[in-house]
Amino acid sequence: MNPRNRERDQLCLAPNGSPESEQPAWRKDFPIDWPQDHYVARRDFTKFMVLVSLGLTIGQFWIGFQNFLRKRRGKPAMMKIAQLSNVASGSTVVFHYPAAHDPCVLVRTGPETFVAYGQKCTHLSCAVVPDLKSDCIHCPCHEGCFDLKSGRPTAGPPRRPLPIVTLTIRSGAIYATGIQERTT
Amino acid sequence: MVPQHLEFFIDPNRCIGCQACVQACAECDTHKGTAMIHLEYVDRATSTQTAPVVCMHCDSPTCAEVCPADAIKKTEDGVVQTARRARCIACSNCVLACPFGVPKMQVEVDMMMKCDMCYDRTSAGKKPMCATVCPSQALFFGTREQIEALRPRSAPMNEFHFGRQTITTKVNMMVPRYGRATYVDVTAAMDESTHGRRVSLDVFEEAMHTES
Repeated sequence: MNPRNRERDQLCLAPNGSPESEQPAWRKDFPIDWPQDHYVARRDFTKFMVLVSLGLTIGQFWIGFQNFLRKRRGKPAMMKIAQLSNVASGSTVVFHYPAAHDPCVLVRTGPETFVAYGQKCTHLSCAVVPDLKSDCIHCPCHEGCFDLKSGRPTAGPPRRPLPIVTLTIRSGAIYATGIQERTT
Repeated sequence: MVPQHLEFFIDPNRCIGCQACVQACAECDTHKGTAMIHLEYVDRATSTQTAPVVCMHCDSPTCAEVCPADAIKKTEDGVVQTARRARCIACSNCVLACPFGVPKMQVEVDMMMKCDMCYDRTSAGKKPMCATVCPSQALFFGTREQIEALRPRSAPMNEFHFGRQTITTKVNMMVPRYGRATYVDVTAAMDESTHGRRVSLDVFEEAMHTES
């Protein structure tokens, strides 16, 4: 057959000259011909659609299940962070809450004001460092900044605020009573 | 799409080595400053004969066969396109594999670039840049009837043998109409000594001597 008269949908002739039916399957998956490379079969498209919608549906159920589990787990137990007398004004205390591997940081911003946030940067989980002089929480990895008062991102790559730890002062000691993940 | 009746004919006999094709190719905006055509000296020590080398656009392109990144594609009009920018991984497989020595690695951009027969021009029915400027028509783009009228003693040929590999191409080479097929043993040139200076071409032997 004259190679110039080949049909549009036929694959490029293999170097060994064997016909299309005898060629390995990868030739069909990685064709040399431009139209073949851009060709999407109806069956492939349907397969893709079905799999993607199936994935989305299962994902929805998964999210619902996770929400259910989280609600059942309830609030984490109250935990003592430090005695008030041990935390000077303008100093910080690193503690772990609610589990042993969740670092958090407590900042005494004034004589009577305390803030506490999760210490993992919401960008790539680097440890953030409170910087009281410039009134921010700084992430050294990618120069991210969070507002010290609210924990909301002010500069750099992070887009979500730091998780906030709710605090209670009771008989001269400061306690963590809960942690709140936020999206905005 | 390149019109089917228009074909590329190379007649290296007529090349005068003026470099017009190289300059014209380098002026193109799609690869500004870099010529995709190579003007080769056939045997520089003894002859001034040059030969233009453009992509032959093989029917079963070896460069695309060896590409691990699936970057070289052939359009339905038979033109083997240059490497897809997003896919080329600059592995140089095609550079080593092409029997005509057409693809070249552009290290500045980490990508292979090769002649695509000026696809922007030829797909609109125009001639490739090199063919428009060639003063001796060593590079000719036109119909088969035109070339037959212009070169009655030559015939277009598009089948090449490299070892046991037979290659048919879209681009035609003009050969003497009434001559016999020529066989050139390319690997034999490795044992040849150069003229003028005594430089051994046998790189393997040289490497062995330096090692011992």
